[in-house]
Amino acid sequence: MSSLEDFASHFFVTGEPMIYMADVAIVLVTLGIIFTLTFLKKWKWLWREWITTVDHKKIGIMYLICALLMFFRGGMDALLMRTQLALPDLKFLDPQHYDEIFTTHGTIMILFMAMPFIFSVFNIAVPLQIGARDVAFPYLNAVSFWLFFFGAMLFNLSFVIGGSPDAGWISYPPLTELGFDPGPGENYYLLAISISGIGSIATGINFIVTILKMRAPGMSLMKMPLFSWSVLSASIVVIFAFPALTIALALLLFDRLFGTHFFTMTHGGSPMMFVNLFWLWGHPEVYIVVLPAFGIYSEVVAAFSKKRVFGYASMVTSLMIIAVINYLVWAHHFFIMGAGAGVNTYFAIASMIIAIPTGVKIFNWLFTMYRGKIQFTLPMLWTIAFIPCFAIGGSTGVMLATVPADYQEHNSYFMIAHFHNVLIGGTVFGLIAGMYYWWPKMFGHKLNHTLGVWAFWLFQIGFYVCFFPQYVLGFMGMTRRVFTYSANAGWTSLNFISSIGAYAMGLGFIFIVVQVLYSIKHGERDTTGDAWGVGRTLEWAIPSPAPHYNFAHTPEVRDRDEFWYMKERGESLAELNKTKVFKPIHMPKNSAKPFMMSLFFFISGFGFVFTWYVIGFAGLIGVFVCMWLRSQDQHTDYYIPVDEIKKTEASYGRYIGEVIGK
Amino acid sequence: MSSISEKGTHGNDHALPLEYSTETGRLNILGFWIFLATDLILFACLFATYIILSHHTDGGPTGNQLFEVKGFMVETIALLTSSFTGSLSIFAMRNNNKSRMVGWMIVTLLLGIVFVGYEMSEFVHYASIGATMQRSAFLSAFFTLVGTHGCHVTLGIFWMFSILTQVIRFGINKDTARKAFIVGIYWHFLDIVWVFIFTVVYMTGVIS
Repeated sequence: MSSLEDFASHFFVTGEPMIYMADVAIVLVTLGIIFTLTFLKKWKWLWREWITTVDHKKIGIMYLICALLMFFRGGMDALLMRTQLALPDLKFLDPQHYDEIFTTHGTIMILFMAMPFIFSVFNIAVPLQIGARDVAFPYLNAVSFWLFFFGAMLFNLSFVIGGSPDAGWISYPPLTELGFDPGPGENYYLLAISISGIGSIATGINFIVTILKMRAPGMSLMKMPLFSWSVLSASIVVIFAFPALTIALALLLFDRLFGTHFFTMTHGGSPMMFVNLFWLWGHPEVYIVVLPAFGIYSEVVAAFSKKRVFGYASMVTSLMIIAVINYLVWAHHFFIMGAGAGVNTYFAIASMIIAIPTGVKIFNWLFTMYRGKIQFTLPMLWTIAFIPCFAIGGSTGVMLATVPADYQEHNSYFMIAHFHNVLIGGTVFGLIAGMYYWWPKMFGHKLNHTLGVWAFWLFQIGFYVCFFPQYVLGFMGMTRRVFTYSANAGWTSLNFISSIGAYAMGLGFIFIVVQVLYSIKHGERDTTGDAWGVGRTLEWAIPSPAPHYNFAHTPEVRDRDEFWYMKERGESLAELNKTKVFKPIHMPKNSAKPFMMSLFFFISGFGFVFTWYVIGFAGLIGVFVCMWLRSQDQHTDYYIPVDEIKKTEASYGRYIGEVIGK
Repeated sequence: MSSISEKGTHGNDHALPLEYSTETGRLNILGFWIFLATDLILFACLFATYIILSHHTDGGPTGNQLFEVKGFMVETIALLTSSFTGSLSIFAMRNNNKSRMVGWMIVTLLLGIVFVGYEMSEFVHYASIGATMQRSAFLSAFFTLVGTHGCHVTLGIFWMFSILTQVIRFGINKDTARKAFIVGIYWHFLDIVWVFIFTVVYMTGVIS
């Protein structure tokens, strides 16, 4: 009995009122979900329509929901940290808890918020923009989503079972060596990211093939919308960067589980090798999340300025240049680690060169707006706010890339302020703009403008109030990851102001939640499919939400911004339904295997976290059984009959004619 | 799944081999080439790690002391030959000769098993004389690099076996042809990776 108690007290995280509150909240929310689903008899619906789906639009929506939930979790971590740092010598969080929170904040925001968010917009917009029926590999797409989902679940589980990782989101050895960090927290970190990382690589492959091979006839690469270009460039970066992370994490896991000596301090290990491998992925990762945001800005700016985007060819070129140079700069993350002047100079110059194509893009967006009839919708507001924010962040980036200055700025709050400036100003603003922009396409209604404007201003003002003091704090000597400071350091007032800004951003997020809930009922419905009235690309040519086969007839593309020119010529896709003969549409069947396979990955990961090898290997066997069954499956697709297409099109008012069995 | 019709966009249908004859076939094959690019990066990282750590022996056994020419020559010959017999299998598939295709596939599988068997006995031998992956950074990197390749080959054996059963059950059709072709590319890829392991690990190890 006492051994059971001993086990339970180590297995479950104990000792903090906040953890117990979280336990209660988790149990209550889970019970609430189970009760609601049972009460409304929605279990079957959930399984058939969502869990087993291979439809890119539904997968996109599931990514979005998860990303917003993770945004909430990561944001709560940020608020806890800012609360602890608001005043000197606070005892709100103890040092261990503070370490865990900054670790989970960084990891979640990059890997479990930004990544699913970009994959969400990939899935929602790309096949529709290029006139495709689905992505190239719909089944693999579902596998990717569920691997991400279970990876994220595994990571979040560490909060209440076993203990969270506490060595920073970069998890450098030797700090993460087994001897210095024995708990299961680091194992959670390594396994959760590995599992979701497999899904990310698969998504990268999927979208490269989709974009290269599944464009509508007539859409040459230079007629392709810029968002799809940005997805192509980001996907290229994904497939070449993520394997390095896989290796870095796997080798560190071997060190921890099997006693190897890759990164240990003894037996010839080299911790620096981990740092190199990690940033070989880590720096490109920054561009993986920002390139799709660049694509969103290009779409939004053109749409709401009612102009063709300025300098299309230079936009494409700069996307591709960024996608290459970003591999050549990774060592600027550790200028102070003694690589020598030659190496540092090379990486400094490479880092600064990236500012050139990025600058080209900024000017192109400005020139697109110049003399345009700008409409200040929510996506446009976030896009306009992005430009100064990112320009400031980029400039401080050049300051950090200057090696002698970096010796001073490294690991200070100056650096914290810089990367939040570019990651929030670049990626988060872009993803929120994209969410607003494509929301009607996903759900068939717009989000309330007034509430959105409140959220916008709270978030914007909060952002500058939060991070600008941190630049100054950096110069005053405040380093990152300190859990408290004394009053005579002179940092009190700036820290207090910064915390107020953080809370304003949190309030802004709440406004977005309220906005979503309010708009489900009262949001302006989209009946035409072209919700904003200014759509330029093909996704606006079909109804909202799109039918599950997307296009009843595949459009022939003649121009860049095809839909805009269709409107100018007075054409529409609905006319194709009158003139063209319908053909049965080839579609992939739903499958439970992606979910099951990822569940086995989760079980396996959980086993390895606690070094319960039987469970770990049993899970892996489950994974292989699923793969084997899929390989033997002969019935993975079907045809939608013509009558069903006619019926669906008729329900959107796009087909008037004989429908059998109506 | 896309607008492009099942007949293909590359002109005359008869010019295309069976595995390329459907859109699914073309997409999957391209997707698999891109997957191999990611796998290549994965191995590149392991090679980089090995090269950095190859002299970090911490007083333990070095490559020169461990590697035996006969062992890795047998492995090399088995694997390179299996790549050739794998090609003969695909060649038979193109000629629509099922029994010959199945036959060469079985030979390929057996050669793969010989390779993995030799590698396992090599690893067991090293471990028995105290050269385990826990001994030094060099050995950690060695076992991980060579072992990752070995795991790939083992996975390839199970995969090829699965496709072999499908060819036997369903014959040569557009699906089985596509799957056999893709596992063939995978097998050749592993062969190329082995050539680098042969050079960077074994040859360099024996000479230094």
